[in-house]
Amino acid sequence: MTREFRRRDFVKLLGAGAAVSLAGCAIAPNSAGRVIVIGGGYGGATVSKYLRMWSGGAVQVFMIEREQNFVSCPLSNLVLAGSRDIAQNTFGYENLQKNHGVTVLHAEVSSIDTAKRVVKFASSKYGDLSYDRIVVAPGVDFLYDQIPGLNNAEAQARIPNAWKAGPQTVALRGQLEEMRDGGVFVFAFPKMPYRCPPGPYERVCQVADYFKRSKPRSKVIVLDANPAIVSKGKLFQAAWDSMYKGLIEYQPNQETKDVDVRTMTVKTEFDSIKGDVLNVVPPQTAGAIAHAAGVVNVSKRWCDVNWLTTESTVVPNVHVIGDATQGGPGMPKSGSMANQQAKLAAAAIIATMTGKPVNQTPMINNTCYSYVSATEAMHVTSIHEWNAAKKTLVPVIGAGGVSPASSQQEKQFADGWALNIWNDALG
Amino acid sequence: MRPSVILVAAISVAPFAALAQAPDPDLGRNLAASCAMCHGTDGRSAGITESLAGRPKDQIVATIKLFREGKKPATIMTQIAKGYTDAQVAAIATYFSEQKPAGK
Repeated sequence: MTREFRRRDFVKLLGAGAAVSLAGCAIAPNSAGRVIVIGGGYGGATVSKYLRMWSGGAVQVFMIEREQNFVSCPLSNLVLAGSRDIAQNTFGYENLQKNHGVTVLHAEVSSIDTAKRVVKFASSKYGDLSYDRIVVAPGVDFLYDQIPGLNNAEAQARIPNAWKAGPQTVALRGQLEEMRDGGVFVFAFPKMPYRCPPGPYERVCQVADYFKRSKPRSKVIVLDANPAIVSKGKLFQAAWDSMYKGLIEYQPNQETKDVDVRTMTVKTEFDSIKGDVLNVVPPQTAGAIAHAAGVVNVSKRWCDVNWLTTESTVVPNVHVIGDATQGGPGMPKSGSMANQQAKLAAAAIIATMTGKPVNQTPMINNTCYSYVSATEAMHVTSIHEWNAAKKTLVPVIGAGGVSPASSQQEKQFADGWALNIWNDALG
Repeated sequence: MRPSVILVAAISVAPFAALAQAPDPDLGRNLAASCAMCHGTDGRSAGITESLAGRPKDQIVATIKLFREGKKPATIMTQIAKGYTDAQVAAIATYFSEQKPAGK
């Protein structure tokens, strides 16, 4: 079916009367209505593209993103090792507009009036923008108040988290480069759930890879708040033992309680660990706009949604996707998962807005690669299907799994994954 | 292989399908969208991963079957193929076979 045909089809289907009572920008006469997407990450960019593509242009899409560029967290640990430049992870949003007709606004949303279905902006440059449905895809914010010494801008510059790719990644790379050979890098991260379960362990590999090549007398001290490696445990342990022997000191059950910027010390319940370079990733919660919209309803941190539609279980017409959600069992906070949730959301939103039945048997797939060196990677994958009795997405038993070991071949597939998932979101 | 009670049931009552629920015309599209993060949007790959757009349906179905049965070695597809029923694989393969290959 051609796009033209689909468009005509929608006009016929909807007649002329659909949803023209919206304030703000004019709605095209063949429109099925307007969706606003907040956030242009793996979830937000992908849902914006697919809403346009799958509706044949009938759904009007505004994507609001405060940053000018998309900077990928996946593959950003390689920047810390010096085997990749942050520019290689950085992309503009222009193709969403050019190829798909998404209206991209680089602005900050201050609030969402979910009763009136209106978005309000921080800047007076923009008037209120109304919507039929809204997709909130803000990713995570950091709970700095749980690490008091880190709860100011100066401390955050000195002790970066580098858990959102961008300036902090570059800053941490700079600190690692400046560190003396024989120095100590202390890397601390929170209990699950946090963004990207295998990410910390990949980071350990990448920094160790850099030390092995350039600063072999140095050490990585890993302060893991969890009782054990939470993802691909045996594989990471094998990589550390075989490739980075003597470079990594792993300490489980070490939850960071505070930091002292002056003495460059991380404090856990019983210990104080000093380092030359500190990298502390705080606990996380759904991005601020999700809190402002009133859709955070799981342990005051995450958003519960109906996984048939991604609609919030508390506020109608508000969908939430990506890291901000409370996933179903076995659903990680990952770019891969956000990509898949975005398409589930796009299909359900288009169906609802065009009066068609919503897919009652959705399936999604998570595939995450971890680079254990500059030349080897490994994967974890899982398939998730709707379970009508449990009313959520559950992993398909007997499917999915992890690599038998890291390999150079999987590094090639990881590179292929990155190119395609970026293109799937932005191309 | 994982049997699908729901799909088998749906097929067996095909003549009465209109009484129950019409088959979802977007089923193949929705399922195939899961493949895009490695194989590209609509199966047009930008990287080393194989493009699936425009490949014959039977070829895709046969390859997935080999992956599922462990007869074709792979790093990840052997694990992913086990997650889908025959009917789902057929829907995915049909969708990809109908997509234009890259640059055409």
